[in-house]
Amino acid sequence: MRIEGKGLIDRTKPVRFRFDGREYAGYKGDTLASALLANDVKLVGRSFKYHRPRGVLTAGSEEPNAMVEVLGAKNQTPNVRATVQEVFEGLVTQSQNRLGSLRFDLLAINDYLAPFLSAGFYYKTFMWPRAFWEGLYEPIIRRAAGLGSLSGKHDEGTYEKAFAFCDVLVIGSGPAGLMAALTAGRAGADVILAEESHDLGGRLLSEGGTIGGLSAVEWVAATVAELQSMPNVRIMLRTAITGAYDNGTYGALERVGLHKPARPNLPRECFWRIVAPHAVLAAGALERPIAFPDNDRPGIMMASAVRTYLNRYGVSPGKRVTLFTNTDAARATARDLIASGIQVAAIIDPRPDAFSVEDFPVHAGAEIIGTRGRLSLSGVTVRKGSETFEIETDCLAMSGGWNPTIHLTCHMNGRPKWSEELAAFVPTEGAVPGLVAVGAANGTMSTHGALATGQAAALKMLEALGRKAKADLPEAEDAPYKLQALWTVEGKGRAWLDFANDVTTKDVKQAAQEGYRSVEHMKRYTTQGMAPDQGKNSNVAALAVLADATGRGIPETGTTTFRPPYVPVSIAAMGAGGRGMGFAPQRFLTSDQASRDRHAPMIEAGLWYRPSYFPKPNEKTWREACDREVMMVRQSVGIADVSTLGKIDVQGKDAARFLDFLYTNTFSNLPEGRVRYGLMLREDGLVLDDGTTARLGENHFLMTTTTAAAGLVMRHMDFVHQAFCADWEVRFISVTESWAQFAVAGPKARALVNSFLETPVDLPFMGTAPVRIGGVDGRLFRISFSGEEGYELAIPTRYGEALFRDLLARAETLGGGPYGMEALNVLRIEKGFITHSEIHGRVSAHDIGMEKMVSAKKDCIGKTAATRPGLWGPDREQLVGLKAAAPISAGAHLFRPGAEIHRETDQGYVTSICWSPVMGAWLGLGFLKDGHARHGEKIRLVDHLRGIDVICEVCHPVFHDPEGEKLRA
Amino acid sequence: MPELIAKTALDGRNLTLGSATLAELPLAPITSIAVFPSGAKAVDKGLKTLGLTMPAPNSVLEKDGVRIVWTGRDQAFLIGVAPPAMEGAALTDQSDGWSVLSLTGASAVDVLSRHLPTDLRLGAFPVGQVLRTQLNHMNAVVLRLDEAAFQIMVFRSMARTAWHEMEDAMHMVAARAGVKI
Repeated sequence: MRIEGKGLIDRTKPVRFRFDGREYAGYKGDTLASALLANDVKLVGRSFKYHRPRGVLTAGSEEPNAMVEVLGAKNQTPNVRATVQEVFEGLVTQSQNRLGSLRFDLLAINDYLAPFLSAGFYYKTFMWPRAFWEGLYEPIIRRAAGLGSLSGKHDEGTYEKAFAFCDVLVIGSGPAGLMAALTAGRAGADVILAEESHDLGGRLLSEGGTIGGLSAVEWVAATVAELQSMPNVRIMLRTAITGAYDNGTYGALERVGLHKPARPNLPRECFWRIVAPHAVLAAGALERPIAFPDNDRPGIMMASAVRTYLNRYGVSPGKRVTLFTNTDAARATARDLIASGIQVAAIIDPRPDAFSVEDFPVHAGAEIIGTRGRLSLSGVTVRKGSETFEIETDCLAMSGGWNPTIHLTCHMNGRPKWSEELAAFVPTEGAVPGLVAVGAANGTMSTHGALATGQAAALKMLEALGRKAKADLPEAEDAPYKLQALWTVEGKGRAWLDFANDVTTKDVKQAAQEGYRSVEHMKRYTTQGMAPDQGKNSNVAALAVLADATGRGIPETGTTTFRPPYVPVSIAAMGAGGRGMGFAPQRFLTSDQASRDRHAPMIEAGLWYRPSYFPKPNEKTWREACDREVMMVRQSVGIADVSTLGKIDVQGKDAARFLDFLYTNTFSNLPEGRVRYGLMLREDGLVLDDGTTARLGENHFLMTTTTAAAGLVMRHMDFVHQAFCADWEVRFISVTESWAQFAVAGPKARALVNSFLETPVDLPFMGTAPVRIGGVDGRLFRISFSGEEGYELAIPTRYGEALFRDLLARAETLGGGPYGMEALNVLRIEKGFITHSEIHGRVSAHDIGMEKMVSAKKDCIGKTAATRPGLWGPDREQLVGLKAAAPISAGAHLFRPGAEIHRETDQGYVTSICWSPVMGAWLGLGFLKDGHARHGEKIRLVDHLRGIDVICEVCHPVFHDPEGEKLRA
Repeated sequence: MPELIAKTALDGRNLTLGSATLAELPLAPITSIAVFPSGAKAVDKGLKTLGLTMPAPNSVLEKDGVRIVWTGRDQAFLIGVAPPAMEGAALTDQSDGWSVLSLTGASAVDVLSRHLPTDLRLGAFPVGQVLRTQLNHMNAVVLRLDEAAFQIMVFRSMARTAWHEMEDAMHMVAARAGVKI
């Protein structure tokens, strides 16, 4: 219920929201949890395994129980913590993991089956029969156990990724964080202050008190105002630091639009990468529950959460509150409740010597051994010595002490230290370079301690940054923090440790009994700590139970590893911008629009988009268009955009020597104005790439690479240059993007090309010359990838579209036209030219019949490695042509006719196939054991996937114009 | 034969959203100057005719509207003029290989920080400096011409993706600032 006059919510701004179909009222500044509690809604969810009724446990991002689904117009977000989600006008939410309504969840039957569902149940029960696992058990278990559900649709929401840099990153804005930010900000350092909640102040907003003569809330307001006035301080609200990574990099998740009605272009979340040489971890501490029987009923909450709801949100979660705590500090919650007119039924304090003079009954040396109330708490059973008694209460505030929020300090594999005094783990100094934990995150629990350590850390960082700073510390409370550890209370009934995954003390003990004594094994056996809260509420208590069960101390038992992220991060935020076509950059040809205008389907070639074929109006299938385009090239003239091929300009006195070193064959003896085909090996002797290189001048070459390997070859050249011959006079740079280049191929190619040139040239095969086209300097190469007389015409990219469209117009007049990748592929298979289908990374020069291209007169990269036994000879699968009368397939395997078909009898495989309209047959290229010696043999081609089984003839790979007369015409 | 029609990758597109303006700049001559070992003196002699020298790493020199931009080890781009005759370096025309975007306005840094994994604070990236970095997944050359004025060079074939990604970032930055579009 709402308490008049309390809280920091904005009562002038009421909002309406929905939960499970009902409308409720709240205020701006409320979380969904505080607004539901204000409306006396205590039951907010069902537990993971047993479907027990659950209510709000905490007031922070560590919440294990109150997880809901948020429904948007276009999306459904599961597992949203009600303690983090702010209410806004029109927010629609619903409870999750239930069958039927939240009050009458049919799966609550699991709770009655609990004796059979303890730790290890699945491992033991669903072992047999094996086939039942996927088909039967898993679907049932997945339906019964779980969290929220997804809509099954793509998340088309807007998400953002961003980078930020600063001198000092301050994580958390309680007294320690604010003091650190203020000190660093005043000294002029670039500060980022990240706060996961929606207001700065941390526990000061919940606990009150005074700082420097002001009330805590006033001090926060004054400090925030000063920070906001500093241009060097950036305040990031609703931003959780999720991970600490190498070199001072931190991941962070910002809730940008999740607290407002959706707006176009407003990101829902932003995933930040923040780089900071210095970071202050002022993330505070998390209060821990006590594992007493039936400690999971709605209405049982953390004492600090009760105080937060009261002081920050003006909400009392109950009318008659009982406390069960082992620290003096938690008494403040009771005093705040009394001051607000809420009845405090009693304080149950397990410490026999606990201070007992209060305005409410104090039961020292007592424990809670049971609770009542199905859908919400109605009473507790207390044991004091030999006596037990009942207390009627609708809210139980518990506190077993505090765990410093050490998670980030462990993200680079640092282990925390055990503090006997705090009965908690504390950070190990220097576990994350540059990150210093202060305040409660470092086990300093008083406000004074927080301010002092926050300031001290900032001063040290400022010194390292070479900045002068003033130390001036406001006065604040400095009460000592004393507790007597209490992890569990023995009694009848289950005592929960991990609320989120339904793990009880009994499960942990059973794990120990069954031999899972290591904390890592216990965790996996019981699933403790593996829920969305990552064990924030249960890790230390579960360790304590395991330590007790195995007769060891907690430090000897150790702790599991904390890994990023600190809070759940949606994949959509991490992959922002990368959905669908955003996955990788798209590269477009200058001819792209012209091809699309002709309805050419575009296919991806690396990052490029290339036309597949150019359908004519009457053509029904791609094959009709492809066959026509092939015949067009063979009979008249075809145009293809080949700009995607890598082009590398190589210059210098040692350029020829460098190419000799890169290629297996020699380029230093290539005359100027001539082009040569070259083969490149990797250092391991296998083929890297092939292509042509033209000599434009004595010390000037233009290399072309395949489309797919353009980047790879550039990287290889950089490596070779830098590692082996950095002192050579050679320089190279990519000019792929600088030139648009078009293949013009066919018997009428020369006529078409010459019609464009200001001065026609008569190039020999494998010749090149500068040309002028329409007032522009270009280059002409006489090379062919089709087996016909072929030219490639290169022009500065800005003229690419114009030249392509103009070429097409003239080609069509001559009876030719454009051809796409499909026809290009058929033409090159007919001619036996290889692509990366053949040089796929596992073939040697010998395998493709190019061993003679490895010059004996010089060294080259990969030459020595290529001579290793096993990389050549008849045992290798070697490139062959295949010819068949029936359809064949790439990916099929080759077998001797009559041989059994299995792995051991495999003779090779097929890499490329086509229907050849010229040969009137199906043609293929493939690799066959000792293939070079087997031309003329019959071979059986089997493709189990496509159900193909065909006898082929093994041939020489060159089917069309084997003497090359057309090329040289 | 009539003259060929020249086009930039984005046909000179421009866009203002909130307080950021993105525009494709017209083509200018760009020449890569890659200095050979022991070629430095000869290159400086050649550049002297333009009143320029080879720039230090990450820096840009400018004289009479002509810029020389560091782009890598022993390499710089001369932008805005045809290269003078010079020895000691490999000269390669890069004019058509790049698409140059200008990003200006009060939120330019915020927009860039969505895609550039580099420190854009003035202390780390001062006016008159250049970065070879990445624009999301794309190789980029980024010049800072003023506190809130940048030029971003990307491979011409990727210009549409670069534009799209910058436009997305501009939309989101504007929406955060509460600008209704």
